[in-house]
Amino acid sequence: MTPDVVVSGSLRNRLALILTGGAALLAVVLFIVVRVLAAQVAQQGQDNILKASMSSVLDTAAIRDGRVTLDFPYSSLSMLNTEADDRVFYAIYEDNTLLSGYDWLTSPRDVAPENTIFKNTTLKGEVLRVASGARTLIGSNGPRNVFVSVAQTQDALSNTLNAISRNVAFLGLGFFAMSSALAIWAASTTSRQMRRLTSSVTRRGPQDLSRFTKPVPSEMAPLVASLNTFMLRLDHSLTQSEEFIAEAAHRIRTPLATVRSHAEATLQRVDRDENRTSLQAMVRAIDESSRAAGQLLDHAMVTFRAGNLEMVQVDLADLLHELVQSMTPVAEMKDITMTMELERPATLQGDAILLQNALRNLIDNALKYAPAETGVIIKASNSPTLSVSIYDDGPGFAVDEIETLSGRFVRGKDMGNTIGSGLGLTIAQEVIVAHNGSMALTNREEGGACVTLSF
Amino acid sequence: MRYIIFLIALWLPVSSFAQGWEDQQSFGEPNQAQLRILSSTDTSFFAPIIEDFLASSPDISVEYLVTGTADIDRLYRAAPDEFDVVISSAMDLQLKLVNDGFSAPVMNIDHPEWAQWNNSLFAFTSEPAAIVLNRQAFKQIHVPSSRQDLIQLMRDHPDHFQGRVGTYDVRQSGLGYLFATQDARATETYWRLTEVMGRVGARLYCCSGQMINDLRTGKLIIAYNVLGSYAKAQAENSDDLIIILPSEFPTTMMRTILVSAAAPAPQHANNFVRHLLKLQSIGDPLTFPLPPLSRSQDFQNLRTINLDPALMTYLDQMKRAAFIREWEDAIVQEK
Ligand SMILES: Nc1ncnc2c1ncn2[C@@H]1O[C@H](COP(=O)(O)OP(=O)(O)O)[C@@H](O)[C@H]1O
Ligand SMILES: [Mg+2]
Repeated sequence: MTPDVVVSGSLRNRLALILTGGAALLAVVLFIVVRVLAAQVAQQGQDNILKASMSSVLDTAAIRDGRVTLDFPYSSLSMLNTEADDRVFYAIYEDNTLLSGYDWLTSPRDVAPENTIFKNTTLKGEVLRVASGARTLIGSNGPRNVFVSVAQTQDALSNTLNAISRNVAFLGLGFFAMSSALAIWAASTTSRQMRRLTSSVTRRGPQDLSRFTKPVPSEMAPLVASLNTFMLRLDHSLTQSEEFIAEAAHRIRTPLATVRSHAEATLQRVDRDENRTSLQAMVRAIDESSRAAGQLLDHAMVTFRAGNLEMVQVDLADLLHELVQSMTPVAEMKDITMTMELERPATLQGDAILLQNALRNLIDNALKYAPAETGVIIKASNSPTLSVSIYDDGPGFAVDEIETLSGRFVRGKDMGNTIGSGLGLTIAQEVIVAHNGSMALTNREEGGACVTLSF
Repeated sequence: MRYIIFLIALWLPVSSFAQGWEDQQSFGEPNQAQLRILSSTDTSFFAPIIEDFLASSPDISVEYLVTGTADIDRLYRAAPDEFDVVISSAMDLQLKLVNDGFSAPVMNIDHPEWAQWNNSLFAFTSEPAAIVLNRQAFKQIHVPSSRQDLIQLMRDHPDHFQGRVGTYDVRQSGLGYLFATQDARATETYWRLTEVMGRVGARLYCCSGQMINDLRTGKLIIAYNVLGSYAKAQAENSDDLIIILPSEFPTTMMRTILVSAAAPAPQHANNFVRHLLKLQSIGDPLTFPLPPLSRSQDFQNLRTINLDPALMTYLDQMKRAAFIREWEDAIVQEK
């Protein structure tokens, strides 16, 4: 079914792609946001400790004997001890004079008392975080400004950040995996609705052109609605063509029958031989036309019905029995005896009208091409497969024509004046194909034709 | 004014020591790649370690240079490219060297976290500061068991102790300064003890070795804050000496080693540190005659000085000057 449909992409794949893509994007955003927040929080933590350390140094500033001294406690530097053994630097200035500490670590002079300035600097490529503060002491000869800076490397901080990054990366991956699973699940549930509709369309019988009544999601409602309208139109036009065929058959056959009965009646009344001959020719021609019309209509009907078989339980034996009975008069006219060899059971699921039509055409052929006073055998067997064979004692098929005889309007070359339209085998062939069977044309060893339908 | 005088006084003895080494020895075949070790530890303790190291790396020779802790800091800061390895008992000076970027890291070493700092400084001994006394002099009076006890004893018998008490001169000895500052940080008793020692005319020493010598000759009858390990080595030869770990808490120092950031032979230096730490963890007294690391329950209040940036607190110029002024006020009793 799919091969003759032009396919472009897949709704499910597209949906899954959009959802997983979104999840991936969200995971990356999550990672970045958490990483940035963590960096801020970690930096805040280091800043707090640096500030505490710096303040505890600054707090000890006092003027003793006219000089500024700072007797800071052991804890000032001890609190800067980290897991990663970060290195620690400090500098204590009175105005521009270094009182103690590292001379390369200069304190900013614009820091207001009670204020802390944080900044980064580098020492031989390593980042240092510096906290600086100031205090003004009032001495006997005026105010004196003390500046303290405390700096620390960021090893512990980056260790923490790396650990957080690792965890957040795992979190992001987990989030992505879960969202992807969810996306795939969502996509397949959505497409399951489509598949359900598809299968309910495929599963329908050929004759079933009713509306779809099962509930569908709102997005699919327009599709189902137009499908329903389409079905309605299809049903309508089908009914119309069926009616047309029946009407046509009726219209042609009825006047022909009338003409024939008039001709027969006239035949009773005329005595002159030449008139009788021409009237008989007329009847024959009418028969031929009515038969041809019948076969044409039969063919049309077969073609139409083959697309949507009306499957019922058919008993082939019963069907053949009835057919033989109804055709006995024709056979008797040629003194042909019809023998039936019917194995039972011979039932199958099939379209009774079509099967009857096909078999009638085959028996008709046998009666037509077999010479008078011969026998026709009608055989039904149920093993190895169900099959029907019709044997006659006629001339059989011309070997070089066998392949082509079942074509439309194809007739044998040496048929002389036997009337026929060339549609009989065509009808039989189309019916058997519609029933997933096959038709074989063979010649009997002792002479005569054999047509076998195997189901 | 006084402050500056103290600073000058501080520098004079240090610079006069710079000329010669306390000891200088070479190990291994000469004319080979040389590993220069600057150390404060007596050669006798390190010779077995170096010999064991040379047995596994015979293609190098070792020059072992011994001097005082303060000297080491000064010499090494002046010429870090002349030495490969620095070993010192002054933990504070060593930590500051690392902090100031003078050391190279030795990575992936299996060593307890508390015994290393910044992947660069590795502690390899645990040595308590002891009170060592001459047995002869304590026939009549009882042997003190704590600092408090010692104070009381010196107060009760000032004449017995007069001029016969020894301790580190914290101005000269980095280790002495470390012990003093850690003691002072821990207890007020330290200042009272210092004052009492000053009153009985305490003699001041640069190094443990000399103090122990004077104890054995009887010049001293008691020494405070002597390295237990050195005293023990001496006590084994004679039963003159009694080693006491103050019962309140013995201040415990860890000897540390670092590789110079400017080491001429960095790979050998690296190997030496690994070898030393391996010998330490094996702890065989034949190859490692020093007291190995311990954080054990040997002493209830064992107070090990932590490798912590706070060690730099008392190295601060202002704090050092203030501490030494206070210490001198207590111990140098010029009448
Ligand atoms: N029983 C038969 N014996 C001999 N030839 C046959 C037989 N049935 C069919 N044929 C040949 O097959 C041709 C096609 O048959 P068919 O399609 O029934 O057309 P028609 O019978 O109208 O000619 C016939 O013209 C005839 O030559
Ligand atoms: Mg026919």
